[in-house]
Amino acid sequence: MYRSHVLVCGGTGCTSSGSQQIMETLKAEIEMNGLTEEVSVVQTGCHGLCALGPIMIIYPDATFYSMVKVEDIPEIVSEHLLKGRVVTRLLYNETVTPSGNVKALIDTDFYKKQHRIALRNCGIINPEVIEEYIGTGGYEALGKVLTEMTPDDVIQCLLDSGLRGRGGGGFPTGLKWKLAKQNDADQKYVCCNADEGDPGAFMDRSVLEGDPHAVLEAMAIAGYAIGASQGYIYVRAEYPIAVERLKIAISQARELELLGNNIFGSDFSFDIDLRLGAGAFVCGEETALMTSIEGNRGEPRPRPPFPAQKGLFGKPTILNNVETYANIPQIILHGAQWFASMGTEKSKGTKVFALGGKIHNTGLVEIPMGTTLREVIEEIGGGIPGGKKFKAAQTGGPSGGCIPAEHFDIPIDYDNLISIGSMMGSGGLIVMDEDDCMVDIAKFFLEFTVEESCGKCTPCRVGTKRMLEILTKITKGQATMEDLDKLEELCYYIKDNSLCGLGQTAPNPVLSTLRYFRDEYEAHIKEKRCPAGVCKALLSYRIDADKCRGCTLCARNCPNNAISGTVRNPHVIDQDKCIKCGACMEKCKFGAIYKK
Amino acid sequence: MASKKEHVPFSGTPEQEAALKKVITELKDTKGALMPIMQQAQEIYGYLPIEVQTMISDETGIPLEKIYGVSTFYSQFALQPKGKYQISVCLGTACYVKGSGAIFSKLEELLGITNGECTPDGRFSLDSCRCVGACGLAPVMMINDEVYGRLTPDDVPGILAKYK
Repeated sequence: MYRSHVLVCGGTGCTSSGSQQIMETLKAEIEMNGLTEEVSVVQTGCHGLCALGPIMIIYPDATFYSMVKVEDIPEIVSEHLLKGRVVTRLLYNETVTPSGNVKALIDTDFYKKQHRIALRNCGIINPEVIEEYIGTGGYEALGKVLTEMTPDDVIQCLLDSGLRGRGGGGFPTGLKWKLAKQNDADQKYVCCNADEGDPGAFMDRSVLEGDPHAVLEAMAIAGYAIGASQGYIYVRAEYPIAVERLKIAISQARELELLGNNIFGSDFSFDIDLRLGAGAFVCGEETALMTSIEGNRGEPRPRPPFPAQKGLFGKPTILNNVETYANIPQIILHGAQWFASMGTEKSKGTKVFALGGKIHNTGLVEIPMGTTLREVIEEIGGGIPGGKKFKAAQTGGPSGGCIPAEHFDIPIDYDNLISIGSMMGSGGLIVMDEDDCMVDIAKFFLEFTVEESCGKCTPCRVGTKRMLEILTKITKGQATMEDLDKLEELCYYIKDNSLCGLGQTAPNPVLSTLRYFRDEYEAHIKEKRCPAGVCKALLSYRIDADKCRGCTLCARNCPNNAISGTVRNPHVIDQDKCIKCGACMEKCKFGAIYKK
Repeated sequence: MASKKEHVPFSGTPEQEAALKKVITELKDTKGALMPIMQQAQEIYGYLPIEVQTMISDETGIPLEKIYGVSTFYSQFALQPKGKYQISVCLGTACYVKGSGAIFSKLEELLGITNGECTPDGRFSLDSCRCVGACGLAPVMMINDEVYGRLTPDDVPGILAKYK
């Protein structure tokens, strides 16, 4: 029996900030102080507050230390663990009240509006120990399903819960399972989409790293419901920690016979294999993913036939994403009504968002559907750093769109986001401020789709390339208003004629920025000006002669010797020589250099 | 002047070939085995030159053109060798809005190579990648397995110096 547990985050974010060394030092230090019998060190998954990593939480009083360094460990051990004194300087400042008391993590702005279902075990259990998952009710849902419920009961429960796919499309999960169950076949498959390709979204990685058994359990439940005995998890090779923890989880589940033959003594058998993705965004599309598991170029197939009829290896198949699966054991245990009581009319439950970009609290949050963008950005996210003005929030990645400030109070759910020209996608939420150029952002996404288009259908392969060319012209100030019309026309053409979701949604970043920020496009075209000061071809750096003190710092730092002037006299930038790197502006101590 | 390391002669060892054959024997009868075989082959050789693809084709009976098709489809498979230190800069959305483009330009300037290329001495290769999932630390770059976060262009020379 330990008197204290020290939780150290071992998610990708904190590992990148050095949490592995912290854990090793901590263990050594604990041993040196003879505390090994009293204090246990637990490596957990992600707590969500990646911006403040590496994170350490010490129980029983849940003291939350942030940005811990290796040098801090001796102090933590001698002060906190030996003497019971909190190391106040390392506390997450949100947990300290003005009077100096420590408040619970759950009461901080970042956590208090969250409701964790998919992430319930992330940051709490050790994902590499199956007993810890079982200790929090793990595999109970699978037991209940196999001993008390028929496959139809399971499907009905999911239908009643209103759960919709968390990977982007929002298709009702229960309905997907029902269709696959109806098709008789000698073999069926259950697949898990863990090829999280949307740049800026990392909730699936977090679930796989922090609670891998939840996904395995849900896949077994799915196997029972539709009559499949084999599952595949298609996971990104770029997530080495997630792959490792999945391997461990699968072998532990097999050992305890929670995977394999005759699970829980029933006649249901189910096993799971891993398949590693190889870096192709299109493989997030369901038919492309299956083609890739089969060992081919990951090109999508026309639908129908739908995967529920003819999917992987030509057999009926269901494919759900990681976050969707992570919800399922909880729905089975607590009932459809419990789940359906959260969220909005058509979007039930919670959704995990990855907050990124120009926001204080970058990280993962799980909130009930229907929370407003304002609550997410201002309250949970802590607002925008540097006193800058909010411009847009991008959701849905390369398939989604930008939401402007005028929709700040819209409740976030599947249908509302579509009605304002964006989409839920997998839940990436990137905040942009006044310094971001919306044309440049649209171009950024088009570069992505051009690179990731698989080339099978012409509208996507050729169309997106033409769109990118026009966007490039606009950012260089070489486009005409006719180009803008052509761009818009192309958007609709590609949307209507592409084979798969990648092409059909590729124009969304352009359409949504055209809808809300047309003036920025027009400024680039008509005035040859980039209002946010991003597009290099349209910029020039100038020196304000009134503010310049002639310190020569800028001239000395210019890589191209484009700045001339004498000491204590205003300097001048030679526009022909200037390469617009901005080094002078960064170095100037008097704010004398400005972009025009 | 081409700074690319092109047409590097293939220099596989008998040990590598034996390792590859072992992998193929183990996986051959699994459904959809081609990608796992290629992934392990790349681990053995560091990249997938046509010689290795031919070996896979000979051993599995899968036509070479299909293997070539797969190897050119996925960005993970490299047909050219990578540098001793593989630098990848995240150009995912979160890193992009936090200025990873400037980090990438700085690397291009310092190394004299661009995306997908390798320095002539074989020391550094430079790639852009899409989201390593460390968005909380944006902008981020990786050198082999080491992750560097919260970067500014000024940090880059110091980091490179560690790998000289």
